[in-house]
Amino acid sequence: MEASTKCEMQLLVNGETKSVVARHADTLLFVLRNELGLTGAKPGCLNGDCGACTVLVDGIPIKSCMMLAIETVGKAITTSEGLHNTAIQRAFVEHFAFQCGYCTPGFIMNAFALIERHPDADDRIIQEWLESNICRCTSYKEIEAAVKTVLANHPSIPNDDHF
Amino acid sequence: MIPFEITYHRPRSIAEAVRLFDTLQQQGKKPLYYGGGTEIITLSRLHLVAADAVIDIKHIPECRALESNPHELVLGAALPLAALEEAEPFPLLTKAASEVADRTARNQITLGGNICGQFFYRETVLPFLLSDSQAVIAGKDGVRQCSIHDVFQRHIRLKPGQFLVQMKVDRSYASLPHFHRKRRKQGKVGYPLVTAAAIKKDGQIRVALSGMCPFPFRSTEVEERLNARHLSLHDRIAGAIRALPRPILNDIEGSAAYRLFVLEQMLFDIIEELGGEETNGGLH
Repeated sequence: MEASTKCEMQLLVNGETKSVVARHADTLLFVLRNELGLTGAKPGCLNGDCGACTVLVDGIPIKSCMMLAIETVGKAITTSEGLHNTAIQRAFVEHFAFQCGYCTPGFIMNAFALIERHPDADDRIIQEWLESNICRCTSYKEIEAAVKTVLANHPSIPNDDHF
Repeated sequence: MIPFEITYHRPRSIAEAVRLFDTLQQQGKKPLYYGGGTEIITLSRLHLVAADAVIDIKHIPECRALESNPHELVLGAALPLAALEEAEPFPLLTKAASEVADRTARNQITLGGNICGQFFYRETVLPFLLSDSQAVIAGKDGVRQCSIHDVFQRHIRLKPGQFLVQMKVDRSYASLPHFHRKRRKQGKVGYPLVTAAAIKKDGQIRVALSGMCPFPFRSTEVEERLNARHLSLHDRIAGAIRALPRPILNDIEGSAAYRLFVLEQMLFDIIEELGGEETNGGLH
């Protein structure tokens, strides 16, 4: 019997199990935006270069344009909609770490994971992680300042308002 | 976005993966083994790769191995490069892996994907070429282990239905003096102009290169000339440059002449850092 190229999949997104029917060939980015209406992850280069589509899969930043949705079955996906008033979100506002804002959700997801995994990150680690994202408005200094503010206050700033 | 239909398969064992490949092929399908998927997705979007099915090897325990015993390191082909960097079992490999793409991408790009990929830089193969590593290959005929030099000549040479399961490295190589440098056209992100990896083993320098030619390589001829200590340092390096395989890449990242210029300086740096400079001519 011919295997179907489309199926129903259960995805755990921002703490909720969502049932979607999608092509095996659909990327996670496509399914999040077009099937689940979660438009926080942004389509940019669609080539794994810009980082605008970054989400967390089991807490690890992933470029969702480069991962099939079906690969994430059984894993926990967190998008920017799953973060609520976290320290890094507040720091981005306080430091005006954006202009047009298109890259912001991707930067925030990556920065959130960086802070969670490396609360003692030094300049080298911060640069290494943030090089994964591109900001055409060149808000890099402000973004770096936002990340460093949260790291300096970690863990006194509660950072658990997320899935 | 993959602009054509595929079926996705998630085998839990080597045998299941090989069987799936065979079954799909017998059905007239074109299956591909799938690691991190970044290259397959990228090239599919550009219609440079076509497949009817992908077989995800990330859930096969052997492909996720990250083990160290008194004699060897065992590194699964489906390990993300970022996981290898964090575990740091082989410092030269850590350096090579940490220069590929960017940090987020390396959460997905796998060791096997980088070695077996179509993008010709394949920089993580350099440490394995230098350390005469073993490759574990699975296929219809079972699982076998062979020298990296037998299975990787300019690119991985696998038969249809075979896939790379693991790389095994003699642990003694992990502590040898080493050198790794990646020079790009600009900045810290991008494809290499030249990537050079080197180790010093039993007083001899070994060198492997990526970005010079449309394939990564380690050349006995280059190493012989580089280690010819009866010659002056300049003659050794000039000899090594002459012994390079051809063609030298000449593309938007840099002209062939510029690549050779950059490599020449790198070879001086390798000898200076690894201490192979005892020659008649000395280090000029």
